[in-house]
Amino acid sequence: MSLKIAKPGILDTVQDLGRTGYRELGVNPGGAADRNAVRILNTLLGNREGAAAIEMHFPAATIEFETDSVIAVGGAHFRPQLEGLSIPEWTSLPVKKGETLSFAGKKYGARLYLAVRGGIETEQWLGSASTNLFVKAGGAGGRRLEKGDVLRIGIENAFGPSGLRAGRTLTERFLRRPVLRVTEGPENDLLTAFSANSFETEEFEVRPDSNRMGVRLEGPALHTVDDTDLVSSAVAPGTVQLLPDGSPLILGADSQTTGGYPRIARIVSADLSIAAQASPGDRVRFRVVSLEEAYAAMCRFEKDLSFLRLGLRFRAP
Amino acid sequence: MKVEAPEFEIEPLGEDCAIISLGNVISEDVNRRAVSIAESIGSSGFEGLIEASPAYSSVAVYFDPLKARSEAITPFEIVKAVLEHIVRSVEIPVESEARAHEVPVRFGGEAGPDLDEVAERRGLASDDVAEIFLSRTYRVYMLGFLPGFPYLGTLDQRIATSRKATPRTLVPAGSVGIAGSQTGIYPFDSPGGWQLIGRTDLAVFDPVAAEPAMFRPGDTVRFVEAS
Repeated sequence: MSLKIAKPGILDTVQDLGRTGYRELGVNPGGAADRNAVRILNTLLGNREGAAAIEMHFPAATIEFETDSVIAVGGAHFRPQLEGLSIPEWTSLPVKKGETLSFAGKKYGARLYLAVRGGIETEQWLGSASTNLFVKAGGAGGRRLEKGDVLRIGIENAFGPSGLRAGRTLTERFLRRPVLRVTEGPENDLLTAFSANSFETEEFEVRPDSNRMGVRLEGPALHTVDDTDLVSSAVAPGTVQLLPDGSPLILGADSQTTGGYPRIARIVSADLSIAAQASPGDRVRFRVVSLEEAYAAMCRFEKDLSFLRLGLRFRAP
Repeated sequence: MKVEAPEFEIEPLGEDCAIISLGNVISEDVNRRAVSIAESIGSSGFEGLIEASPAYSSVAVYFDPLKARSEAITPFEIVKAVLEHIVRSVEIPVESEARAHEVPVRFGGEAGPDLDEVAERRGLASDDVAEIFLSRTYRVYMLGFLPGFPYLGTLDQRIATSRKATPRTLVPAGSVGIAGSQTGIYPFDSPGGWQLIGRTDLAVFDPVAAEPAMFRPGDTVRFVEAS
């Protein structure tokens, strides 16, 4: 059971939901930038939610299946094709030995995921298959995928479902105009009243130097009431830091574990996927919500995902 | 004599992280408290705990909100109550896992390209900078920036030097740098803006080792001149 990278993309890596327990050593959790996409795709395939998948940017890889398999793609919209014919996203599909998956063009979004029934099986590092490019560990030898790489497909749940589609309640969030809900960060009170208002009312454009470490934004400069130096403290994916030049930075899956810039907000977990799909030139807005609202949004997603899981259980052969 | 419990504050950083702040300071006492609070939280293993990680003067506690649910209050409020109890019970900081390290360093030249600049800016001879640097035992306040990167302090004020105006795009692994009154060791080849005074051949982070990071918060480090 395997697949082969026939032609590599600009940045393809093996990612799962990351590793925890090592932040005190400065090791970030890493993992898929769009975690919810990976969870949905794995659920569709009957996999563990955290089974390893392939994360691709555009241009994406061309992938040849060396055995019959069942796959699902979702996340960014890169016009996926099997043997040159369009295939639906968020749908589990059987593929035959020798067939080729390719991507014809970028519609929108930054990262697409390919999940395979049984999961991608690669080297684990600190309990996760996620690729850490700095440490050069996890995934395919700790590096991006290259031409000719052969990745093993797991044999767990070999008789899982196929031909099933995730409902719009789970996937439509990727299609909406991005208004990112945030909760207030510990240094939110450092913003001037005027800047706190701008943060919520103005639009910010995603800069081209955005990557898995963070989404850099351009918009009206935000100011703080004083320039007190902050002693470095924890940051996590989704944290919105205010850089010295007055621009916000949304930290991504490969962000550091600590930082010294004001943490003005954090993206609510239900919207982290939208932030992870923000692509250069996209415009985003922020809306501050209460922690209660953030938890409600999280629970709604979890409920929708568990409905998908239950629905599949009843429909599986 | 009754000792007043030091102040602290617990704030959310999103739905799954609580930050315990002990003040915006770099102080050995405050950091010792942060390290022992993180240890106590780790060993408490409360329902939903993912990990507790200390920084200079704070502790980040990550938890699974779906495992800390109640009808009446939010998961953060539940966790906050647990943490308040733990923080108050940590009266005398104990760092059970602290270790002492010796790190051999080659100073100046290609190994420490900024040694002369630091000396010039501080009005010292290059040898003096190295000598002053070697004279202290440093504390590992925290790890961050890169896996295994130790934030060490504090430097003798005579050699404290601000970061480079333009960061280097490539700092070689093992480089020993200075930034303000902190010093640190780069575990990997990476970009970086610290003033590089020397280099060590020790592997500060070895991904395949059972314990990948050489240092832990609370450890002490003595630098020695490499022979």
